[in-house]
Amino acid sequence: MNCEELLAMLNDYVDGGINPGVCEQFEKHLAGCNPCQVVVDNIRKTITLYKDGQPYELPVQFRERLHAALRAKWKEKHGAK
Amino acid sequence: MVRRAKAGDLTAFETLVTNHEQRVYTLVRRITGNDQDAEDVTQQTLLSVVENLSSFREEASFSTWLLRIATYAALKVLRKRNGLPTVSLEANTEPQEGYDTVAHPEYIADWRESPEQLVGRNETARLIDEALNELDDKHRVIFLLRDVQGFSVRETAEALGLSEANVKVRLLRARLQLRERLTRAFGDPARRFEPHRHEVVT
Repeated sequence: MNCEELLAMLNDYVDGGINPGVCEQFEKHLAGCNPCQVVVDNIRKTITLYKDGQPYELPVQFRERLHAALRAKWKEKHGAK
Repeated sequence: MVRRAKAGDLTAFETLVTNHEQRVYTLVRRITGNDQDAEDVTQQTLLSVVENLSSFREEASFSTWLLRIATYAALKVLRKRNGLPTVSLEANTEPQEGYDTVAHPEYIADWRESPEQLVGRNETARLIDEALNELDDKHRVIFLLRDVQGFSVRETAEALGLSEANVKVRLLRARLQLRERLTRAFGDPARRFEPHRHEVVT
């Protein structure tokens, strides 16, 4: 496999979605290639950082305005209770 | 909670909003790239939930439903910004992109800390934000939809009017660019590898 073919497989490998034959080939390559192993690991950690990272906090004033607007619309739709 | 909100319970609805608003805001802020658009889209999305909650079927995941609405609303803002009237983020039918156009990894090193350790720091949030904003729209959005929101390749392709093949290539580019940037920040220089030139079939 050359670089381009490896890169093409890299995505699928990280996702765990490629067919077993190809996966085996890629894994065989990985077994003998430290840089590639580290790249795969880096990518997985990168994804984790974005998925599990801190969410943004809503700016305080925006949150107040937002909830006021939602309450107003809710009452309009459901009738004040 | 959803059931009570659907039945007209305002307190239940407000709790629902409080439980989800950060995720919505974060996604939308990352797609649109600025606070003002993020606020507008978040508000618009949640107001439309008030309007459409009755049509939400309880078998599905509320979170998924809500984040889809937010995603489409945010994409609409991006399209408007790019001056495009159509579904796609592209001006024309996009050509097939190849893996030969993907930049190879250069800075390769194990990270000094795990994501769990990095996540708590303010410094991390700032860095990952900067890295994300360095991607252009078409790459940033694909990464957010596929890797962060968990859209399938097909869903991402449909949402953006792209071929599945191009979704994959762009996702790889996005992942590698982010990896490159973050590894320069988090990587251990003492454990750095030279990029491996792969020419031989193994």
